[in-house]
Amino acid sequence: MSVEFLARLQFTFTAAVHYIYPPLSIGLGVLLVTMEALWLRTGNPLFHNMARFWTRIFALTFAIGVATGIVMEFEFGTNWSTYSRFVGDIFGSALAAEGIFAFFLESGFLAILLFGWDKVGPRVHFFATCMVAFGAHFSAVWIVVANSWMQTPSGYHLQTVVSGKPVTLPPGHIVTPADLGSVRAVVDDFWAMVFNPSTIDRLTHVVLGAWMAGAFLVVSISAFYLLKKRHLAFARASIKVGLAFAMVASVLQMVSGDFTAKGVAKNQPIKLAAIEGVYKTAPGTPMTLFGYVDAKTETVIGPKIPGLLSFLTWGTFAKPVPGLLDLPAKEFVLARYPDATTPDKLAGARKTFWPNVPAVFQFYHAMILIGVALLGLALVACFFWWRGWLFHTDLLPTRWLLVALVLSVLGPQIANQAGWFAAELGRQPWIVYDLLMTSQAFSKVVQANQIIASLVMFGLVYALLFALFLFLLTRKIQHGPDDEEENEEMPESWKAIIQEQNERA
Amino acid sequence: MSLPDLNIVWFVLVGVLFTGYAILDGFDLGVGIVHLFVKKDEHRRLLLNSIGPVWDGNEVWLVTGGGALFAAFPEAYATVFSGFYLAFMLLLCSLIFRAVAIEFRSKEEWIWWRQFWDVAFSLGSLVAALLIGVAMGNIVRGIPLDSSHEFAGTFFGLLNPYALLMGLTTVLLFAMHGLIYLAMKTEGELHDLVSAWIPRVIGVFLASYFLFNLTTLIEVPWVLETVRARPYVFAVVAASVLIALNIPREIHNGREFNAFLSSCAVMLLMMATFGITYFPNMVLSSPDQANSLNIYNAASTQKTLGIMLVIAVLGVPLVLAYTASIYWVFRGKTTLAKHSY
Repeated sequence: MSVEFLARLQFTFTAAVHYIYPPLSIGLGVLLVTMEALWLRTGNPLFHNMARFWTRIFALTFAIGVATGIVMEFEFGTNWSTYSRFVGDIFGSALAAEGIFAFFLESGFLAILLFGWDKVGPRVHFFATCMVAFGAHFSAVWIVVANSWMQTPSGYHLQTVVSGKPVTLPPGHIVTPADLGSVRAVVDDFWAMVFNPSTIDRLTHVVLGAWMAGAFLVVSISAFYLLKKRHLAFARASIKVGLAFAMVASVLQMVSGDFTAKGVAKNQPIKLAAIEGVYKTAPGTPMTLFGYVDAKTETVIGPKIPGLLSFLTWGTFAKPVPGLLDLPAKEFVLARYPDATTPDKLAGARKTFWPNVPAVFQFYHAMILIGVALLGLALVACFFWWRGWLFHTDLLPTRWLLVALVLSVLGPQIANQAGWFAAELGRQPWIVYDLLMTSQAFSKVVQANQIIASLVMFGLVYALLFALFLFLLTRKIQHGPDDEEENEEMPESWKAIIQEQNERA
Repeated sequence: MSLPDLNIVWFVLVGVLFTGYAILDGFDLGVGIVHLFVKKDEHRRLLLNSIGPVWDGNEVWLVTGGGALFAAFPEAYATVFSGFYLAFMLLLCSLIFRAVAIEFRSKEEWIWWRQFWDVAFSLGSLVAALLIGVAMGNIVRGIPLDSSHEFAGTFFGLLNPYALLMGLTTVLLFAMHGLIYLAMKTEGELHDLVSAWIPRVIGVFLASYFLFNLTTLIEVPWVLETVRARPYVFAVVAASVLIALNIPREIHNGREFNAFLSSCAVMLLMMATFGITYFPNMVLSSPDQANSLNIYNAASTQKTLGIMLVIAVLGVPLVLAYTASIYWVFRGKTTLAKHSY
């Protein structure tokens, strides 16, 4: 196995495992803010109880998120040092900003959120909860900025060193293996780097995906209690907050998905053609709902809606969506393969700039199908809620719905992972789009056996962590929220404040 | 007035972040190192809860230090982390283990469960401290770099006796720092237990530190040359030793907070010793010093250093404010409550 493959495998594995947890922290964070706000407004101990219980679940996801996240911060240097040398001038500042602005905020106020119940008053505690949620979103901002720059680099120029002096390279300079070590990308315009063409679309999409993960977790656990007829008051209140949130996030996610795909069509046409499975350029490009990609014959088998992809991309049915067979542009290919002058050679050279089409097609379609299914489920559940059937757990349709809701927690998790696989595999063979190849970017001094050793180590540790996470989560769910009638847990100082509020009212 | 040299500013700022990490995570790693020597379950829970609200924020200093190094000196970041590949992977694994051990230990009451996480926490802390020290030792001694600044040594080459001595010194330093923190945060039986260990650990630490300095002057030729040119380095070393020697007296007189501040000062002065001796190098190449990375050939452009300075000027006061307020909220002796670990 090559070093490049192993380095990619290691990054994929550690990032995919890490990404189970931060979306839960981001989504649950917003829900905790909502629950505490409800509690502060109403003084109803039920909401206090909810905030306490979901904080415990939050703490669990947060701890593993931090533990697996430290690895990511250093993996750019350990496994991708050539990349780090090449982009450090730009990419590093986003990571540093994430540390200074987001992680300190999160970790500092987390202490108050988890341990401060009897150290500070309810308003300060609420403030801390807001800051933790805010910090979690801020870290999403900076890491998505960094990643989006890799997808759609902007606000930079290439620079090399000639006899000790920096020399600016012209735009369109093609990075060759001989350039590595001397040529690097340096920042021109910080804000153009931060707000590169895909940042806003992708950030919105990622955050909404995280909200869905948090919301459906709350929905799932609450639905489980309803089915088991346990902690009923708690479960009803929780599922309402969760469902409302899931509904809003799912609808917004559809809108965001549309924007994101249009952005991909504009900025990364090869990626769009690959995820949608478009080989031939033809007017009225159809959209394949699901199917099978035959990479050999370059065909896609599956139900298609004529003209829909053209319409969604351009707003008109006639204009074609460029197919892979015409991508990338001839000039782009000739600049890199000067001898690709015959149609056969050109076609062959073009393929070296395609991602793995069957893989990205399936990941992308899995994400969309799950997203639509979750929206449908949320709609049905809200309809049941509106009709007053949601809590009639003796009705068979309600029971079936609740079973579906219990399982719904897996939906956003799978869709979030699938979405990232589509986005990142869709970027290949580039590590920085149209600029630096992944095959040029790994650490030259790290050997295959070292990566295998660390991969085995992380494999074991992460498997253990994941098993423990599931075990402790199950235990927490089994244990359930504390006392429902009278809240013993609430500190005396807080009770006094609530009493005072009630008296005043 | 001319503008300050941004490369120097960032050398100092990266130094500040790693010093902050050493001082803050140093005491919670130290608590981990001594964890197994404390036998009672209740005492072990007090240990965990004394660092419970703060360890995670302390570790953020490492992450931010890494990010700042990446942004300001990408060549140094790339060289060190790819060169120390296996050592860093082990460090990350130990940090993961101790992080989740803190979180998981008290979730169940089974004896085997708690014992497992006790060992994970303590061993994770010990290995992390040792590896940080070994990495520092190698940076001081210099590592083989080729002309394109790529590491040209081996993993086992990093485990040389000199670096291991620095590793041991670091473990003792963190253990001392952790014990003093515990003396400040605990009361009664546990307080007396840890306080009794402090003078002995300080003694062993100072012996090890003395040996390390002596070996450095003999083994690492560039250090001797540098301190001849910068004799004030000796004053800084002497100050750190004197402050360390004063700690037992503060403990004896019940001024634990002063003792803890002294211990922080010792660490600050040790990092300062390293910084003023090492300047302006970032990663020293040995034996071929011409391949070394310094604050100029390892740095990002002036523009990025400037942007980063704005980020730091905006962010650092906020960071200090959060850190100070968290330590203020959780001041005083640690007690066990329902939501404790």
